Amino acid sequence: MIEIQDLHVSVEGEAILQGLTLTVKEGEIHAIMGPNGAGKSTLAKVLAGHPNYEVTKGSVTFCGKDLLELEVEERAHLGLFMGFQYPVEIPGVSNEEFLLSAYNSKREAPVSREVFQSILIEKMKKIGVNPEFAKRDVNGGFSGGEKKRNEILQMAILEPKLAILDETDSGLDIDAMRIVAEGVKGQLTQENALILITHYQRLLDYIKPHFVHVVVGGKIVESGGAELALHLEEKGYQGIA
Amino acid sequence: MSTEEILASREEYKYGFRTEIESDLFPKGLDEETVRALSKKKGEPDFMLEFRLKGFRKWQEMTPPDWGHLKIDPIDFQGMRYYAAPKKKQELSSLDEVDPEILRTFDRLGIPLDEQKRLSNVAVDVVFDSVSLGTTFRETLEEAGVVLCSMSEAVQKYPDLVKKYLGTVVPIGDNFYAALNSAVFSDGSFVYVPKGVRCPIELSTYFRINERETGQFERTLIIGEAGSYVSYLEGCTAPAYDENQLHAAVVELIAYEDAEIKYSTVQNWYAGDKRTGKGGIYNFVTKRGKCAGDRSKISWTQVEAGAAITWKYPSCILQGDDSVGEFYSVALTNGKMQADTGTKMIHLGKRTSSTIISKGISADESSNTYRGLVHIGAKAEGARNFTQCDSMLVKNACSANTFPYIEVHNETAELEHEASTSKMNEEQLFYLKSRGVSQEDAIQMIVNGYCKEVFQKLPLEFAAEAEKLLTLKLEGSVG
Repeated sequence: MIEIQDLHVSVEGEAILQGLTLTVKEGEIHAIMGPNGAGKSTLAKVLAGHPNYEVTKGSVTFCGKDLLELEVEERAHLGLFMGFQYPVEIPGVSNEEFLLSAYNSKREAPVSREVFQSILIEKMKKIGVNPEFAKRDVNGGFSGGEKKRNEILQMAILEPKLAILDETDSGLDIDAMRIVAEGVKGQLTQENALILITHYQRLLDYIKPHFVHVVVGGKIVESGGAELALHLEEKGYQGIA
Repeated sequence: MSTEEILASREEYKYGFRTEIESDLFPKGLDEETVRALSKKKGEPDFMLEFRLKGFRKWQEMTPPDWGHLKIDPIDFQGMRYYAAPKKKQELSSLDEVDPEILRTFDRLGIPLDEQKRLSNVAVDVVFDSVSLGTTFRETLEEAGVVLCSMSEAVQKYPDLVKKYLGTVVPIGDNFYAALNSAVFSDGSFVYVPKGVRCPIELSTYFRINERETGQFERTLIIGEAGSYVSYLEGCTAPAYDENQLHAAVVELIAYEDAEIKYSTVQNWYAGDKRTGKGGIYNFVTKRGKCAGDRSKISWTQVEAGAAITWKYPSCILQGDDSVGEFYSVALTNGKMQADTGTKMIHLGKRTSSTIISKGISADESSNTYRGLVHIGAKAEGARNFTQCDSMLVKNACSANTFPYIEVHNETAELEHEASTSKMNEEQLFYLKSRGVSQEDAIQMIVNGYCKEVFQKLPLEFAAEAEKLLTLKLEGSVG
């Protein structure tokens, strides 16, 4: 589904990713772990197309297309979704209005507000989101947990082929994390794929990855199965890089 | 810059064309003779000539205000014309007889005037350079007893009302530009809503400057008798010329007991060249309303999206007990535009209340200032004010300033003030786009969300227009 080849990325002239290679296939769950500043969030943002991240070398193919050539919104239309570590607040814009616009943006025949509302209600129930979310401003006055749950709700509505969740578990208590994890798990099929960026084993107790990769200094230094995360939990990153 | 680039930059302002018609022009320059000639041309009664001469003499003694947060090159008041009107062959009996070239102009501006295509539920008075061309929906208004006509017509038809009210809210010598306007105002709208009448349709005036080196001095007077209601909207555009042009208007509103006047503006004057700042309209306007009666209400809503320089403070004098003043404003500046705008709420009566919602958006190298005064008089027992003043910056080279002034002479008053400055940052745009929303829709969503409280106050017919206007203006700036 996605092939990342020897990816080098800089931000304001500073090299962050330095030759990262990763392939993810349909039905797979990959976890990416690593110390702060290793380049994990950079990977998520560069795949989504953030304008501040400059690709200096390497290639990314997503669903047969050169991902790096596409605009941010085109990547979304193709089925890429990034769950933000810090979801942005947009005052005066209701969640419903935003989600309707996002939902319709990739459809040739847009659905009406009425039809969309029934879809939204259904999805909110499934994720365990309070129905009043729909009328509230996008992430406005949301608690950390609510913001993350809102990300999962967006994922449920947009039904991406590949979701990259950037530290979706950070800042959540155990209960909130369980709700978020269940929400993600409920969306996984044999046709889509998931990349989880996380610091902690906790999340991986709920969503068991097929592969775990350790990123240090802008590239993957070790890959393994789910047991690698357990090993890291015990020993830390020392001795790996 | 190549010719094509110049053309392209001009095309950004789609109202920047000129209509080729024959005009009746005064020579450039202003002296007492110009004022007399103007009054004579319009066949005015003596009291009007006296009003004008008083204005001219005051103006000669005054100097332009320099306290605004604005850089204004000296204006050559002798280098401009004080009257320009399309030449007409005979008196017109209806708008359909207007020069077809001018009708096409308004068509291109989105204000169709011929009978079939008129905006439904909106009566329009159109002012082209110095004169009013006519008014739509005359009959509907006459049936309701509402008067909407040009100021020139009002001077002829309702001289007593004009004499009684003109200059009572904005005195002749109020400020430099108000004095100038009093001397040379050419046309504008006159609205009179009789006692207990709720005006059945929206009233609107469309101002268009066409001639070069010509000032537009519009004068509008709206009187709402006891228990009446009226909603009025003005729109403005001008061709793209390299020279600056002056638009110095005066608007006076008077609301008696239980009357309500809603005054909305969507201002899109030519703002000058985006890169060089050359040309554009100087929008120096004095707008003031008096809540003369108890429980009366005046509300100003403005979307200021054009003009090279805007200097404008629509204000309310809250004289009647329990009267209400409102000011809802969106001011957008981009390119090299400058705006210094806000309001004055003068609380005189008991339990008077006012609301100020100001939303500034500055982009490129523009400068955007909010300046507002809340004055609570000694007798304004239990007066209240709520002020919210937000600024949004798009990129870094622009500036936003807020100058709130508060004067309280009665300790029972309650005042609240909230202010914020935010950036329309790439993070918000990126967030929306990463969910598939296009750049254009993303800008529109962010700006509309930010301006929501103000847009909600606009008449429905114009809210969508205003939203589109802001999005178009910002697209190039966000890039």
